[in-house]
Amino acid sequence: MFEIRIHSRGGQGGVTAARLLALAAIHDGKYATAAPFYGAERRGAPIVSFVRIDDRPIRIYSQIKKPDMVIVLDASVMDVVDVLQGLKTGGRVLVNSAHPREFKGFTSGHVDLTGIALKENLVVAGSPILNTPVIGALAKQGIVSVDSAKKAIREMFSDERNVKAAETAYEEMSA
Amino acid sequence: MDTIPEIPKEEYILKCTSACAGCSDSLALRYVLKAAGPDTVLVVPACCTSVIQGIYPNTAFNVPVYNIAFASAAACASGMSNAFRAAGKKTNVIAYAGDGGTLDIGIQAMSGAFERGTDFLYICYDNEAYGNTGMQRSGGTPLGARTTTTPTGKTDNKKDIDAIIAAHDPPYQATACAAYPQDLFKKVTKALTFRGPTFIHILAPCPPGWRYSTEKSVEMGKLAVKSGMWVLYEREYGKLTIGAQSKAAIKKPIPLEDYLAPQGRFKGIDPKTVDILKQRIAKNLAKLAAEEAAS
Amino acid sequence: MKKISTGNKAVAEAVKQIVPAVVAAYPITPQTEIVEQIAEFVSSGELKSRYIAVESEHSAMAACIGASITGVRTFTATSSHGLLYMHEMTNWAAGARLPIVMANVNRSLGPGWNIWAEHTDALQERDTGWLQVYVSTVQEAYDATIMAFRIAEHNDVLLPVMVNLDGFLLSHIMQPLDTVDVGDFVPPIQLPHAIDVKNPTGYGGLTGPDQQFKFRWDIERSIRDSVKVIEATEKEFAKRFGRKYGFTEDYQCADADVIIVAMGTLGKEAEVAVDLLRKEGIKAGSMRLRWLRPFPKLDLKGKQVVVIDRDYSFGRGGILATEIMAQTKEDVFSVIAGLGGQEVTYEDVAGFVRKRRMGEEFWFGVNNNV
Ligand SMILES: Cc1ncc(C[n+]2csc(CCOP(=O)(O)OP(=O)(O)O)c2C)c(N)n1
Ligand code: SF4
Ligand SMILES: [Mg+2]
Repeated sequence: MFEIRIHSRGGQGGVTAARLLALAAIHDGKYATAAPFYGAERRGAPIVSFVRIDDRPIRIYSQIKKPDMVIVLDASVMDVVDVLQGLKTGGRVLVNSAHPREFKGFTSGHVDLTGIALKENLVVAGSPILNTPVIGALAKQGIVSVDSAKKAIREMFSDERNVKAAETAYEEMSA
Repeated sequence: MDTIPEIPKEEYILKCTSACAGCSDSLALRYVLKAAGPDTVLVVPACCTSVIQGIYPNTAFNVPVYNIAFASAAACASGMSNAFRAAGKKTNVIAYAGDGGTLDIGIQAMSGAFERGTDFLYICYDNEAYGNTGMQRSGGTPLGARTTTTPTGKTDNKKDIDAIIAAHDPPYQATACAAYPQDLFKKVTKALTFRGPTFIHILAPCPPGWRYSTEKSVEMGKLAVKSGMWVLYEREYGKLTIGAQSKAAIKKPIPLEDYLAPQGRFKGIDPKTVDILKQRIAKNLAKLAAEEAAS
Repeated sequence: MKKISTGNKAVAEAVKQIVPAVVAAYPITPQTEIVEQIAEFVSSGELKSRYIAVESEHSAMAACIGASITGVRTFTATSSHGLLYMHEMTNWAAGARLPIVMANVNRSLGPGWNIWAEHTDALQERDTGWLQVYVSTVQEAYDATIMAFRIAEHNDVLLPVMVNLDGFLLSHIMQPLDTVDVGDFVPPIQLPHAIDVKNPTGYGGLTGPDQQFKFRWDIERSIRDSVKVIEATEKEFAKRFGRKYGFTEDYQCADADVIIVAMGTLGKEAEVAVDLLRKEGIKAGSMRLRWLRPFPKLDLKGKQVVVIDRDYSFGRGGILATEIMAQTKEDVFSVIAGLGGQEVTYEDVAGFVRKRRMGEEFWFGVNNNV
């Protein structure tokens, strides 16, 4: 089983990113679940969502304690939350950032999702959309296939700019 | 003619509530508590205000707050008020409920408490939907407004709770708006001087619910009053006095469209519905003006 | 098509297949998405039901009762305090023999306000005459909702059915969902005692002791008869749509020395605990209880039983444990865990089994010194 924890702030699309990722994994013929963790936090507060991908049906509902991968959609949550908590040694970290980030003992990667969303003019109510480009970045990392990523995005969003943003993120992401 | 009241510096709502940015429920409550002072207990049914307090063991409110089941604020406040009075205490008992907790599920308990002459102040802050559960329609949602359970716009009119309260003939009832805190402060101060049940209905613009940007809450409240969609008045022993701001609106209201346009919840509202809203506003303003003239 | 759905949306999708004439419901966290989705289906014309946006849950159930007695199909959904507020009317619905279907999203009870999973809400409805099923996956939420209508409306049953899903854990998780074309799997509703102005009848008026006693017995007899109807419905469902369900879902039980009994998502996660324990050489099994009413005959002979209750009856014990102890002579270790949404993992569950103390009760996180 491959376990991913997504860090974001309420309203940034972390929940939708989890959902898209699970859907893409299902299109790959895998089993997947996406579970947002609902706390009693304030709106805009740091939140986490969980994605599990496996070759057999997933029977776990509790939170992911030891993720294989951590995705940080908003780097500012790293000031208040230990995003590396429980991350398996050698595990991967993907940060939405224009600059490289180093995490000792882990495989780190970065991609400027915010910049990509702004370039594609993917902005809703003043906020850049991060959940579709991040799926492109994850396809590059081999978490899901490119075809399934696109298929999942098209099923959930009618605006083709979402697919373009994912393609750009795919190109900009290091493998 | 309106004097500016001396508003106490004491804060009873502390920093770091869990309210959304631009929340007028919190703004209104801030002035309600400044007017009521420390010898006050709030009775709060399930609503945004139950969330705003923060998470146990913390609370952002500096007066006792008794949280109670959704339908029962007025009944719980009845018991509390009677107990305080029996003990010879003057403590203010304020039921502070949303439009859902007042116009919908809580109306039976509220009517009973008013009929029994309960010595309390009942405040309904009206954000015109169920904010706590993510903006479903309520009896307070205006005609044409989109909510998550009226995705194409509400097809029923807003319930006239003030007329229902008036039918109970309380010694004092008023309307207010979070955008006019001084007016609100004065009304709460006054309401608490009466014995028996008093009622204040506060319009509380809500950015996520009404879908406008967070810095516009005061502006939205003012537009509501200026367009006549919301009327500021008080009724003391049956005698109606319309507030100066609303008198101006009766003389010359701003176009209703100015109020509707900045709000996402009215996006795509059809012109016929706007006409019905306009007719209802005109009728309501005429009715209130006539009542004031007669009383 | 392969879909992904939350538990809540799956319930709404099932309702869309069934097309009740009337849906009357009131929002409450974490059920809200069901209500919102149905409202959306109705307003877009995808679902030709009448949706009544009532002013409380008491009115929601009362409206369902009023609709149902005219002989049409009705549905509602609620959770926690909403269910409690309905309580007078849930008794009425069962007593009036109305096949209303309700989804209840299990949530803890106040005070304080707590929106997370617990089963005490539904278990307080245990004695009302409603049939109750507890589900553990998004797919099962969908399938059970569809089957609920057929079971409730069967002439040998004519009782309301409550489909229970864990708040957030299941209501908000996204999992794969296969939707089906129900076709004639759920036949048209035929309520024998529907209101008919050509045959004026009084309903529920003053009733003497002997008659009332008989009415109570009738409910009990039907709920006993419902066992066969449930079995037949689940069998037919498996035949048509390929997914098998039963009164319990048994995992590695046959050769087990110790069996974990739980309901809802925890019952599913317990299977992972079983895998873990088996690797350590502990012969464990999991028996996830699906139907609480009617309460099934459980085959626990010769096994040690670890019951996990996400609920409690104060002054007595875990409700599931109590029910099981009333039925079997086997040793029970009663674990109370997950109240108010307390996090319980498969590793915790494995721990309960490893450190089991038969005959005792253990509150997870409180008296950890098992
Ligand atoms: C009996 C019952 N039904 C439903 C709920 C869920 N619920 C909590 S608050 C709320 C809406 C409150 O709306 P309103 O009174 O307008 O206050 P607001 O949240 O807008 O401030 C609902 C439906 C509940 N707590 N209890
Ligand atoms: S939803 Fe509206 S009323 Fe509720 S806390 Fe947010 S801004 Fe305030
Ligand atoms: Mg409200």
